[in-house]
Amino acid sequence: MIELLLGYYNYWIVIFLMMTGFYIVISRGNLIKKLIGLSIFQVSVFLLYITMGKLEGGTAPILQEGVTRYSNPLPSVLILTAIVVGVATAALALALVVRIHESYGTIEEDEIDAQDRAS
Amino acid sequence: MIEPHLPALQVVLPLVAAPLAVVLRRGRLVLGFATVVAWATFGISVALLRRVLREGTISYALGGWEPPWGIEYRLDPLGALVLLLVSGVGALVLSYAPASLTREIPRDRHHLFLSAYLLCLTGLLGIVITGDLFNVFVFLEISSLSSYALISMGARRQAFVAAFRYLILGTIGATFFLLGVGLMYMMTGTLNMADMAARLPAVEGTRTLLAAFAFLSVGLSLKMALFPLHLWLPDAYTEAPSLVSAFLAATATKVSVYVLLRLTFTVYGEPFSFEFMPLDRILMPIALGGIFVASTVAIFQRNVKRLLAYSSVAQIGYIVLGISLGSETGLTAGIVHVFNHGLTKGGMFLALGCVALRLGSTDLDDLRGVGRVMPLTMLAWVLGGLGLIGVPLTAGFISKWYLIAAALEGGWWPIAALLLISSLLAVVYVWRVVETAYFQAPAESTARLGEAPLSMLLPTWILIGATLYFGLATSISAGVARTAAQWLLGGAP
Repeated sequence: MIELLLGYYNYWIVIFLMMTGFYIVISRGNLIKKLIGLSIFQVSVFLLYITMGKLEGGTAPILQEGVTRYSNPLPSVLILTAIVVGVATAALALALVVRIHESYGTIEEDEIDAQDRAS
Repeated sequence: MIEPHLPALQVVLPLVAAPLAVVLRRGRLVLGFATVVAWATFGISVALLRRVLREGTISYALGGWEPPWGIEYRLDPLGALVLLLVSGVGALVLSYAPASLTREIPRDRHHLFLSAYLLCLTGLLGIVITGDLFNVFVFLEISSLSSYALISMGARRQAFVAAFRYLILGTIGATFFLLGVGLMYMMTGTLNMADMAARLPAVEGTRTLLAAFAFLSVGLSLKMALFPLHLWLPDAYTEAPSLVSAFLAATATKVSVYVLLRLTFTVYGEPFSFEFMPLDRILMPIALGGIFVASTVAIFQRNVKRLLAYSSVAQIGYIVLGISLGSETGLTAGIVHVFNHGLTKGGMFLALGCVALRLGSTDLDDLRGVGRVMPLTMLAWVLGGLGLIGVPLTAGFISKWYLIAAALEGGWWPIAALLLISSLLAVVYVWRVVETAYFQAPAESTARLGEAPLSMLLPTWILIGATLYFGLATSISAGVARTAAQWLLGGAP
């Protein structure tokens, strides 16, 4: 049991973050809070990639005297790309929230729905 | 000389053109430029399809780095067919753009709109042609991010909300996909799809593989708006500018279907997806549910654009139903419907764009008598509608024919019966529009309007004409689809 908890602690962190983010996206009506949840959700997957490349005692993959254990650099490189995608998503989403606030005067989902129904 | 590099040019050309469009700025100039680029992209797709049919699968090592280390571009008959659809619709929609764009989007934002449009085209083409799984994710996000921006350019403030909701659901879908790719990489140590397929037998049956499969298929189902994950689609298609609805309805969801096909058949392989994982038994009820629920909801819509959007959800159901039958004929039906429905729905949204140009509205009540005022536009719409129903001589009939044949072949005769019943639902929602447009007297303000300009009618009629052409001559659509289906199932050639 302890083995299961501690041996895979990195995966537990990933799962915890992922579910936290997902829950925030579903449960919150405030658009900014939704975005915060979405970012946590994305970052949890980034962490999964990064932990999978790491080897205990491994170093950066540079040929060197006396070093035999290397970490896999590819997942980190992939996540560099995914982070850029995440930043672009967040920027676009924030821009949309600004426009929503300008035209509705609110960023609460239920108030927006109420205004749409009224019109 | 340039011939061997066509696979790369297919993606690079619109990608480079997108920032140039921002630099050019000037209204007319930038539109002409974007249209030329889109037609050049279409030309490349035609050349690639011919080459694939002549020589078989094309493999292209990007930047000279050999696969599986570098990124490989890989094109098979199925991919070439989808490329043809995406670039063809992309080019036609841009040729249709001038009048519609002036009416629906402020002039000082044209260059930004076109830039986002070209990026979206890049992303969709890239998804199809790449052979690298992580690359698929990147292109998926390029096309998604630009489509959120395109949708938010709609005229009403509801467009912002629709784009935001699509962004939330689309990002969840893409992150699921990313998670699935990560788990696959963990198990196989490669991202190249062909290499991955070769290495999968060694890790057959592990829990991680199952989780990866589940995450990948749920993520893609969100992107392709498979019932009941379709909630973003109706709002997004209704609020987007006419051009964008036509382009996205014809291409975006279809490309996600393509990725699902690639994954289930070429990476995981048919035995894993259909025998080990019960994908067919999961997809079949979902597809049927989507067909019936979405078609029924479509009947009660007051806005024609929304009606078409719900009909799109139902048509995705037909495509997935074909795939879930798992046989060669079923798969052919699914693939041929990707192509036929793309043309039909694209043409119908374009015809509706002509109506929106003149009327300034797509509400059913405002469409009264429009069939007498704009006969050519509405005739195109109605012919498209006949395609949705599956009337003989239209492309939709070919799809339904293969679908029913596949259902009977597999002994699923109740499904064949349900397919016929579902066509009746399509008759009802198409008829509602026909009745309003032809059998009711036009309002006084409508009666003074004229036919849409030729620059818009021509692309609309080319697409609708194509659905009629492919309803008669099936060698390109159904022929390539059958080759693709045989190839996916691992038979010759």
